[in-house]
Amino acid sequence: MLGERHLADSAVGCTQGKRHSAAGGASRRDFLKVSAAGGGLLLQFSLRGIAKAAAMDQGDAEPSAGPMMSAFVRIAPDNIVTIVAKNPEIGQGIKTMLPMLIAEELDVDWSQVRTEQALLDPALYGRQHAGGSTATPQNWEPMRRVGAAARQMLIRAAARRWNVDESECETTSGQVVQTSTRRALTYGSIAADAAKLPVPDLRSVSLKDPTTYKIIGHSTPGVDSPRIVKGEPLFGIDTVVPGMLYAVFQKCPVFGGKVASANLDRIKQLPGVRDAFVVEGGPDPHTLSPGIAIVADKWWRAEKARRQLQVEWDKGAGAAQSSAGFAREAAAFAAKLPQHTLRDDGNLTKALTEAAHVIEAAYAYPFLAHATLEPMNCTARVQNGTAEIWAPTQAPEPGRKLVASAIGLDERNITVHITRSGGGFGRRLANDYMVEAAWIAKTVGAPVKLIWDRGDDIQHDFYRPGGFHFLKAGLDADGKVIAWQQHFVSYGRNGKFAPSADLSPDAFPANRVANLSYGASLIPLVAPTGPLRAPGDNALAFVFQSFIDELAHAAGQDPLQFQIDLLGKDEVLPGKGAGFNTARVRGVLEKVREVSGWGQRKLPDRTGQGVAVYYSHLGYFAEVVEVAVARDGAVKINRVWAVGDIGSHVINPTAAVNMTQGAVLDGFAEALLQQVTIEGGRVVQGNFDTFPLLRLTQAAPIEVHFLTTDYSPTGLGEPPLPPAIPALCNAIFAATGKRIRSLPIDTAQLKA
Amino acid sequence: MKFSLQVNGRTHDVDVDADTPLLWVLRDEIDLKGTKFGCGVGLCGACTVHLNGAPVRSCSLPVSGIGNGAITTIEGIGDAPVGARLQKAWIDIDVVQCGYCQAGQIMSAAALLARTPAPSDEDIDAAMNGNICRCGTYLRIRKAIKEAAKTNLGSESGATAARKGT
Ligand code: FES
Ligand code: FES
Repeated sequence: MLGERHLADSAVGCTQGKRHSAAGGASRRDFLKVSAAGGGLLLQFSLRGIAKAAAMDQGDAEPSAGPMMSAFVRIAPDNIVTIVAKNPEIGQGIKTMLPMLIAEELDVDWSQVRTEQALLDPALYGRQHAGGSTATPQNWEPMRRVGAAARQMLIRAAARRWNVDESECETTSGQVVQTSTRRALTYGSIAADAAKLPVPDLRSVSLKDPTTYKIIGHSTPGVDSPRIVKGEPLFGIDTVVPGMLYAVFQKCPVFGGKVASANLDRIKQLPGVRDAFVVEGGPDPHTLSPGIAIVADKWWRAEKARRQLQVEWDKGAGAAQSSAGFAREAAAFAAKLPQHTLRDDGNLTKALTEAAHVIEAAYAYPFLAHATLEPMNCTARVQNGTAEIWAPTQAPEPGRKLVASAIGLDERNITVHITRSGGGFGRRLANDYMVEAAWIAKTVGAPVKLIWDRGDDIQHDFYRPGGFHFLKAGLDADGKVIAWQQHFVSYGRNGKFAPSADLSPDAFPANRVANLSYGASLIPLVAPTGPLRAPGDNALAFVFQSFIDELAHAAGQDPLQFQIDLLGKDEVLPGKGAGFNTARVRGVLEKVREVSGWGQRKLPDRTGQGVAVYYSHLGYFAEVVEVAVARDGAVKINRVWAVGDIGSHVINPTAAVNMTQGAVLDGFAEALLQQVTIEGGRVVQGNFDTFPLLRLTQAAPIEVHFLTTDYSPTGLGEPPLPPAIPALCNAIFAATGKRIRSLPIDTAQLKA
Repeated sequence: MKFSLQVNGRTHDVDVDADTPLLWVLRDEIDLKGTKFGCGVGLCGACTVHLNGAPVRSCSLPVSGIGNGAITTIEGIGDAPVGARLQKAWIDIDVVQCGYCQAGQIMSAAALLARTPAPSDEDIDAAMNGNICRCGTYLRIRKAIKEAAKTNLGSESGATAARKGT
């Protein structure tokens, strides 16, 4: 059911693709379309049929015209199968995983498979997007059906060649075999015949019995790895276009500022500089912002010229903002009732009065940058009313729209090459750098590669918003939570949260604490905010799961059992996505209790275990961290156990373990090292000295387990991260008795 | 200014500003794109190459300071048995996530194994801590180095390793 739900969401959300469907006609919309190409078989699949079926099952309106999803499979005479990977690869392993789904049902050996990155063409391929851990739930079923349909056609072609019934044929390893005689034909040898056959309805094709899977569930190393370890050019920053120039773009360091004047005449004189100009831009940071472009024959010369740049900035109202000021405003809000009520259950005042214990705490966390290791960059060529873009982006389609409107071209005349991205983490859901490259290329009339430096990257991000939470809870005499009051001081204006700065009224333990109120007050913010890996959850898990741990200790109960008790009976509570399934939360908690030996081992002095659990982006993770805190306050993570429930299949186990470990370490970096501070309306930090990333010596061993449950498989980019932070903080409490209520962790407070 | 560089055993003549970091000479003059730009100031290791066998941060090394030194990049490291073993271990252990840091990681690891064929955890810490992996593949990086070191010790040369099929 989960998978269908998401298919439906996607179909409704997909409005692209009208231009292709008009030419395609009914057969194209509902069936697999086949054409012979280049001696092999070119199968072009349209999955709108099943998308429509799923949407109607959900009672949704008819999706917009055009295929919901499609993919290319090419089978060459030598039996090499080329599968097009449609989504942007940002390190999440999608360029390997989506083709695995097709290959499984096509029934070929993985060694026969080659993958190819698709161009941006949502009308042909469906949604081409990397974000929100959405690719697995959205593609699990359609991609397998694509493979199964092709397999069925190949069987038909072989049966005809042999003049036998299809039921006498089976497939194995890229061959059709006649069961009785064991004679065989390779797919490559019958691909041309198969191309001439009518195509099956994707809804009707039968899928394999999952117990026979040879690819799904089997560890498959990344398809690009052999090229990566040799340093072959794959990333956006590696793009070469003949005759291209290089650009840097200096935006106003103060958010919302504009250029008043600059010494452009001087800059234009510098060696290699071809042009330097003011970009007017506008107030929306997602598209063209005000700044100064410097274009040179070499990137180094453009960057060097920038150091000579003298700009008078018109800083605007943003210059008055600072992190210290936000903290003062938050404290002032804390003394008042929330501006907005998000939820108000039961009688909180009464319950707090009657409580045996009342626990109060204030939590805070900072702004964060994404700091992908590959800085923002984009290469653009704009000529003769067309544009060609090479972009490391998570969201190529919205990027193309922005480019189209910024440079005044029709989207149809803009080709977007989706390059591999050196990390995404949500940063590349915004395409500001894509618009900048296109604008600069158009202005200078030559292809341009724009490369940001690290300072640009950290100072012009869409930040994980900081936040402040003021909490009060009441326990009855048995230690049961009977009251929960939370005042969230966040960012936004006019009653609207800033992007990724919100709190769902259904956030757990809502629906489990009878007297509960969530309220919010909003500080207006000039700096742009946006999704960072597990948006919202990466901060809220710290607050909720730390405070629940506080309550467990106040109640004198085992923190892990307290979490289980708080879940109540097994049911699906209202919540994001498919809802908050208390049985699945319990499942991962119980498993992590078992594998971590929770409470079973006597730990040395100033060593402790902490637990946390979270539901994020359809996945459930419980994690136990064991930490040792030195007398000088230094925190050493000894070991971590992570247990996930992402449904019935872990499609590519090696990648899943890698991703889980990386996400947990990412959480530790956020907890221990990172903050973005605003002073005078600009970001203080500018490189990895002031915005550190985790290093090898800080990486603790992480044991990863997955539960297999009956639910359709879901994504993994985000879910393992949120519990890592509170599990660490709760472990520090267990080791030292000091409660971490503010991030990043101030180890000076942990001194013995 | 004109410079003559020895890169991966070949001579390359380039004409660039004397202060141009080796990184940009490799990437944009010699078109070896494997060496990556991460921070530009020696903090991340993405730009690591070898100069006379020692790991250096090419983002912080002006081309004028290189002279006749022998430069090896990720594109050339596979010619050395140690480099080839590391590349294989990286694939076998499936280290890569986004992959952007991995050229620098392999270059630092290759310099380590060339000096210290059987590195301890402490040796790995010391050699690799300057290389950031934003995706957090550190556990596998450590494992892959140990794997490559094992095959390193298991055979006297790359040729022997190949015969054994390691
Ligand atoms: S780019 Fe050279 S160390 Fe970061
Ligand atoms: S694999 Fe992405 S930075 Fe290391």
